[in-house]
Amino acid sequence: MLEDSVNLAVQIGSIRIRNPTMLASGILGISYEVLKRVYESGAGAVVSKSISIEPREGYKNPTVVSVECGYLNAVGLSNPGVDAFVKEIGNNADVPIIVNLVGSTEDEFVSMVRKFDSLNIIAYELNLSCPHVEKVGLEVGDDPELVYKIVKGIKANTKKPVIAKVGLGASDIIETARISKEAGADAITAINTIRAMAINIESGMPYLSNRIGGLSGKAIKPVAVRCVYEISKNLNMPVIGCGGVYSWEDVVEFMLAGASAVQMGSVIGDKWLKVFSNIIRGLSSYLEKKGMKSVMELVGIAHKY
Amino acid sequence: MRTSIDSIRTVKVEEVVDESPTVRTLIFEDEVCASAKPGQFAMVWLPRIDELPMSVMISERDGYAALTIRKHGYASTALYNTSVGSTLGVRGPYGNCFNIVDGKLLLVGGGTGLVPLMRLSKVLAKKKSKKIDVILIMGAKTKEEVIFEKLAKRVLKNVKNKVIVTTEDGSYGMKGFATDAATKIMKHNRLDMVYTCGPERMMKKVLEMAFSYKIPSQASLERIMKCGIGICCSCCIGKYLVCRDGPAMNGETVLKIPEFGAHARDKSGRMMDMW
Repeated sequence: MLEDSVNLAVQIGSIRIRNPTMLASGILGISYEVLKRVYESGAGAVVSKSISIEPREGYKNPTVVSVECGYLNAVGLSNPGVDAFVKEIGNNADVPIIVNLVGSTEDEFVSMVRKFDSLNIIAYELNLSCPHVEKVGLEVGDDPELVYKIVKGIKANTKKPVIAKVGLGASDIIETARISKEAGADAITAINTIRAMAINIESGMPYLSNRIGGLSGKAIKPVAVRCVYEISKNLNMPVIGCGGVYSWEDVVEFMLAGASAVQMGSVIGDKWLKVFSNIIRGLSSYLEKKGMKSVMELVGIAHKY
Repeated sequence: MRTSIDSIRTVKVEEVVDESPTVRTLIFEDEVCASAKPGQFAMVWLPRIDELPMSVMISERDGYAALTIRKHGYASTALYNTSVGSTLGVRGPYGNCFNIVDGKLLLVGGGTGLVPLMRLSKVLAKKKSKKIDVILIMGAKTKEEVIFEKLAKRVLKNVKNKVIVTTEDGSYGMKGFATDAATKIMKHNRLDMVYTCGPERMMKKVLEMAFSYKIPSQASLERIMKCGIGICCSCCIGKYLVCRDGPAMNGETVLKIPEFGAHARDKSGRMMDMW
């Protein structure tokens, strides 16, 4: 009932979704049935795992480790590859799926886009920021010319919105976002996990088989809020916030910083799928209390101060 | 985020039991795993080798738990070769457990799939209830592969029970498959629940039979697992995640999943034929 009195739908450029929560890439995103279940449990949209040209098994276990302030992971971009995933989501009717793509050249990205483009998906998200796999992700994101070529190449081959997912690498995150925008990106997702490590003090050995991985969860939220704030303020373009969203309060904070939507991952490990409906309820009562008719009224309020 | 079960605990293997020429049980002290519920699993860390999901085996010592491993791949062989005094990392237990009921109960297990059924037996026996009557079928290929028979009889001594061993070659116990013995029991008894764990084809037969006799059932499933906590999707089957919605699941729910007994995803997430 609360949900009816305030409008939770958000607009991210030309993308319209029923509420500002999304499943983040890398989480639960290889099975159509699971993606559908996440959508049915309340998410506004769901993002697939990063899909590559060839199938990837990922790294050996341990691939995920809990730390005091979140998770450390180096899954290694495991995914069934473009052909299998096209089949996986080929019959999608009503789930708002954003396909996340990973690759190291313009050709790779473009050839994948051609395979997905006739499917019922709402956007592409480009992984320019995975911090733990060589030659892709952050290594691509750190190369401004390559970012420009990839985004431009994809935009020339699709009418669907393109979202660049940027992270904290050697290049300035705002610059990577700016180049993506110049090349035609419709929105930015910020941020990805941050390169990090944990070591077992009994054995002296790193926990992750890849030794180094990406940190997610509560630890990175203030960093992500800062990035969303700076990108949206400087570039005046739609931003999707990602990093440590655990509660409806976090969603509000990201939106005040300038996010039009948020993505959630680590929290699912702690609270499972009920987190979506809980956040939506909390968000509705907050808006009601504030006398706001639409959740979009929150976007970028902090820029004024 | 780290809770007490999520922290990797270093445990020391204090005893190794040879169950068969290819199966061993490693016993260690860990209060958290000792109180695992039947069906729950631990993630077992072999540094620089792998991390494996393992159903938590019982120990007869208080505060102790165990892992029963069949050597077949690189990591499982490394775990199998762990000697007394070595250390392992464990986190968990994770997942949900068998729903425990009173009455006449049939437990059907094959190979190391007997592990959660041993923990279930222990929990059932602890109730010391006159309402509980356990029939445990333990399937093996040959006599030398029969595991846990004596332990099962000791564990179940406080409740009415019958332990049936089947071997495919007839070298010990009843000749045939565990499913053959299960068929007979279901046909001639009024059962209140069927629990099963083992090779998926075996479980499928058991669940289908239970369904045809209108007996409620539960199965403990297995899939490739990476995170163990519901974020990576490696263990998905249908819309379910074995680490979160399972491993123990309602039999009727399981029978409705088209890939059950037919397909499973590989490490990349591609759907593969099971055999």
